[in-house]
Amino acid sequence: MTEAAAVTSARAASGTRWGLPPVLAVVLALIGLWYLAVVPMNVQEVLTRAERAGVTVQPESAVARRDMGTWALVAGNPHALGESWSLDRPRLPAPHQVVAELYKSTWVEETRGRRGLVNSGSLSNRGLLHHALVTLNATLVGFLIGTGLGILLAVGIVHSRVMDMSVMPWAIVSQTIPIVALAPMIIVVLYSVGVQGLLPKAVISAYLSFFPVVVGMVKGLRSPDAMQMDLMRTYNASPGTVLAKLRLPASVPYLFASLKIAVAASLVGAIVGELPVQKGGLGARMLAGSYYGQTVQIWSALFLAAALAALLVWAISAVERRALQRMGMGA
Amino acid sequence: MSIPAPQADPKVISMDRPAKAAAEIVIRADHLDLTFETNDGPVHALRDITLDIPKGAFVSFIGPSGCGKTTFLRCIAALEQPTGGSLTVNGMTPDAARRARAYGYVFQAAGLYPWRSIGRNIALPLEIMGFSRAEQKERIARVLDLVDLGGFEKKFPWQLSGGMQQRASIARALAFDADLLLMDEPFGALDEIVRDRLNEEVLRLWARTQKTIGFVTHSIPEAVYLSTHIVVMSPRPGRITDVIESPLPAERPLDIRDTPEFIEIAHRVREGLRAGYEE
Repeated sequence: MTEAAAVTSARAASGTRWGLPPVLAVVLALIGLWYLAVVPMNVQEVLTRAERAGVTVQPESAVARRDMGTWALVAGNPHALGESWSLDRPRLPAPHQVVAELYKSTWVEETRGRRGLVNSGSLSNRGLLHHALVTLNATLVGFLIGTGLGILLAVGIVHSRVMDMSVMPWAIVSQTIPIVALAPMIIVVLYSVGVQGLLPKAVISAYLSFFPVVVGMVKGLRSPDAMQMDLMRTYNASPGTVLAKLRLPASVPYLFASLKIAVAASLVGAIVGELPVQKGGLGARMLAGSYYGQTVQIWSALFLAAALAALLVWAISAVERRALQRMGMGA
Repeated sequence: MSIPAPQADPKVISMDRPAKAAAEIVIRADHLDLTFETNDGPVHALRDITLDIPKGAFVSFIGPSGCGKTTFLRCIAALEQPTGGSLTVNGMTPDAARRARAYGYVFQAAGLYPWRSIGRNIALPLEIMGFSRAEQKERIARVLDLVDLGGFEKKFPWQLSGGMQQRASIARALAFDADLLLMDEPFGALDEIVRDRLNEEVLRLWARTQKTIGFVTHSIPEAVYLSTHIVVMSPRPGRITDVIESPLPAERPLDIRDTPEFIEIAHRVREGLRAGYEE
């Protein structure tokens, strides 16, 4: 091991040793805050139920309570708040309720459910894992299309002044349109030409993910300085050679930074694409949850989506580390 | 041309045209002008540069910043376009010479690609010029040896000191065997001690390879120590004020810098630089 590598690994080791406590502290504080927030958020429902169960609450009239501030209700009825963290349909579920729902709709559903993995041999379409996979497929296909398109556009923009002036403004405009408004249009238009299923969602994913790749790659491809370009000129290198030997390798760090943003955007795109279609996926789960007031279901789908995004970004970071190490630029 | 040709020697560099027909001329500049159009009006980077560089010469260009020494080197390399006069390299236009890969260019910074090992960096021009794998390997080994970097082929640039990086960049410029080596303040960013060692190495290299070398510097001792010919330049407009042919022997140990001859040439260079300012 070289000296520099030893220093780096020592720093990494100390990072894990001293990094954990503050991270845990922040997570615990957030969970604590969440538990606290559950009380005022659910207080109306909790007091109604308490009243039905025979507990005296202040004020007694439901109409009067409706007009009161939540904090005042909490302060006035500390004895009747026991059910805050265990409601069936809470406005804001407690963290443990979400965790329980995640557990129920993944592990329990697959091992014991009639349509689960154990009993049917395939993932249950009532379980979250099936929906997560549906979303993941669309995300990955969209991410690949978006990345490919983004790199191609960036190469064109760097090499052609016409493309630089004509493509970039449209790329920027494309990102100012709210995707929630555009997604149904894309789905309808594609459906009318016979394209449905995974592809429309992937197209929406790609629509969101190509942009960070274009911006990052244009910067990356232009990152070689004048001297490095001059050096290529002294070798009488063709533009293709300059691209392959200088611009593309130089843009790799920029590409990975863009890919991390793009993959998260892809996931958002896939979820948004699933909202109007209701044929599976985490987006469909979230919308179904909101139709039926199943906030616990929404939150568990949200958390699974977040976990998925974290996993994807982590995977790209892992590839990035290996790629940069192989290129001698790992640090 | 207002400056009289000093020591008109027919074989060598000279500003008076008819005298030096004998030696093979590699670079011939004739009343070369280069004017940059800027927002603040035209800037005369080079004016009326007339200069012949014979084969095998080690020519230093020295002068304060803005005197056009780097610009002239870049003109030879076809990295800049002169706006007047004529310039030929190996009897061709500079751009044709560039396309024929007539020269190796060493920049002020090493400019090694961080993602390539030293060996792969030296392979870069060889790959572009289409040398075979076996030939690349052989040439990399040879030029690494030439600059005393044997054994560093697999290292990455960040693992080398600045001086070693610059040596690697010289090796890269030597790899494809151009007869002309253009060096633009290659040691400007290095400390004095490293610079001394590299100067010795460049001289050895020059003796072994018999290349024609154009060397831009702002250090008087460096110019005098290295060169067979010293071209003194001055700014606004960039022009040649003196061309000094060095009487020092080809064999030059570092302590030659304490000899009276050396000091005398250095003095003349200094005078030339001062004259450029006083005009």
